[in-house]
Amino acid sequence: MIRYVRLLGVQLRSSALLAMQYRYDFAVDGLIEAFWIVTALVPLFVVYRMTTTLAGWTFPESLMVIGWFTLLQAVLEGAINPSLTAVVDHIRKGTLDFVLLKPADAQFLVSTAKFQPWRSLNVLTAIAIFAYGFHLIGRPPTLGGMAAALVLLGTATLLLYSLWILTVSAAFYVVRVDNLTYFFESIFDAARWPSSVFRGILRFIFTFVIPLALMTTFPAQAMLGKLSTSTFLTAVGGAVAFAVMARLMWLRSIGKYTSASS
Amino acid sequence: MSIGKTVRALPTLIKVGFLEAVAYRAELLVWVLSTTMPLIMLALWSAVAREAPVGRFGQMDFVAYFLATFIVRQLTGAWVAWEMNWEVRQGTLGMKLLRPIHPFLTYASENLAALPMRLIVAVPVAVIALALVGPENVTADPVLWIIWCAAMLGGWLITFLANLAIGCLALYIDSSEKFMGIWLALFFVFSGYLGPIELFPQGVRAVASWLPFQYQIGYPVQLMTSGIGRGDALLMLARQWGWVWLLLGLVTLLWRGGLRRFAAYGG
Repeated sequence: MIRYVRLLGVQLRSSALLAMQYRYDFAVDGLIEAFWIVTALVPLFVVYRMTTTLAGWTFPESLMVIGWFTLLQAVLEGAINPSLTAVVDHIRKGTLDFVLLKPADAQFLVSTAKFQPWRSLNVLTAIAIFAYGFHLIGRPPTLGGMAAALVLLGTATLLLYSLWILTVSAAFYVVRVDNLTYFFESIFDAARWPSSVFRGILRFIFTFVIPLALMTTFPAQAMLGKLSTSTFLTAVGGAVAFAVMARLMWLRSIGKYTSASS
Repeated sequence: MSIGKTVRALPTLIKVGFLEAVAYRAELLVWVLSTTMPLIMLALWSAVAREAPVGRFGQMDFVAYFLATFIVRQLTGAWVAWEMNWEVRQGTLGMKLLRPIHPFLTYASENLAALPMRLIVAVPVAVIALALVGPENVTADPVLWIIWCAAMLGGWLITFLANLAIGCLALYIDSSEKFMGIWLALFFVFSGYLGPIELFPQGVRAVASWLPFQYQIGYPVQLMTSGIGRGDALLMLARQWGWVWLLLGLVTLLWRGGLRRFAAYGG
């Protein structure tokens, strides 16, 4: 265990050194990310000019969901995307061999291979959105709500990571998967609205199959102090079960791996 | 390079582009499926319209609007900016320059040749849309449909030329992909991709009317969903083609200047 913590430290340090080389990207990326957040906010501002509640959510409450969406996107782009894009490359070129030969768990190695801290700048945007939302509501979040939200941040990250592992597991079968990552991101776009906006089959999918509701809607509800204890426990249990399933899937598909070239 | 030679080369170029699209059909399908934004936006607007209609838009009008948006986006897509960036970085643009045909024509035929494959997706969506919303939400006037054809060509040209302009920037600054990010974000906000622009606040609408983006999505969609009369449609068409010429001029300038700076990397 201690060995893995030290390994994580080494991986983080090498990513940080690499990121320092591209510090100009930081400013430009930050600017573009800010632009994209605006595209998520604009429809909300427009919609709430016509109505005061949307599928049971008021404007500041919806802001919380957008805030969580922004936060998780920052986690995705800063910590999850870079490593796993690298794995797909490894699989295609056959260089995954070198990772598998190392005396540590392969999933751990590939998942921590690369971090792009500049990309996580959006964490600040998310905090600003939360602050603005609570300013509009006119009260600070409760301690219990914040604690529950923090736990759900953990499970949401776990879910996001597990979904990614599943996508990468698919890469062992279909190899050309670089646009699957793009596909994944475009599905994740649906997490920007409260899940009650969706109806019927989509709502079912976004809660149980691709659990977007567990990533943004539930944490937002927790922050607002509106999440019941039973839903909270189910969400945590569901996320853990999902992660276990993803791990099993990874083990299964890595067994299928045959090097691409010698 | 004579015009006659170019015209004779075009069918071959388009055939090559089409075969390429067929070869990478799985990839193309994933790209098509990634166009989820109209559906995500549809969910949001329907949730609003469930309680009361928004302006002249009821729930069915939104379904018509966003399915039309999906179709227009599918058929007027272009991705030359990324392609040019890649080719400038790899130096393979040099190969394109050696051919006795303008590189822009190669790019254009590649883009247009993917159309049949994209139609395979767009046509069923159109049929489903028609079945869902009924003919009363779709334009019946044949004149408007003729204008729509011209508007689709214009919409594609704006997308394509903007891509080329940003691609040409790569000749000056090595990588211009970030500019494409900014362009796309502006496109999302001002084109009507996120919702009918007429429902946006006055300020946004005023800005949008001075920008090319709504001619890429909003205007063709209006033509399809009977959101516009003949007179206005022609006026908008004139403005759209004005943007096409403007962008064409810009691309020509950027290309001439950029080509002088181009030095192929690699081999």
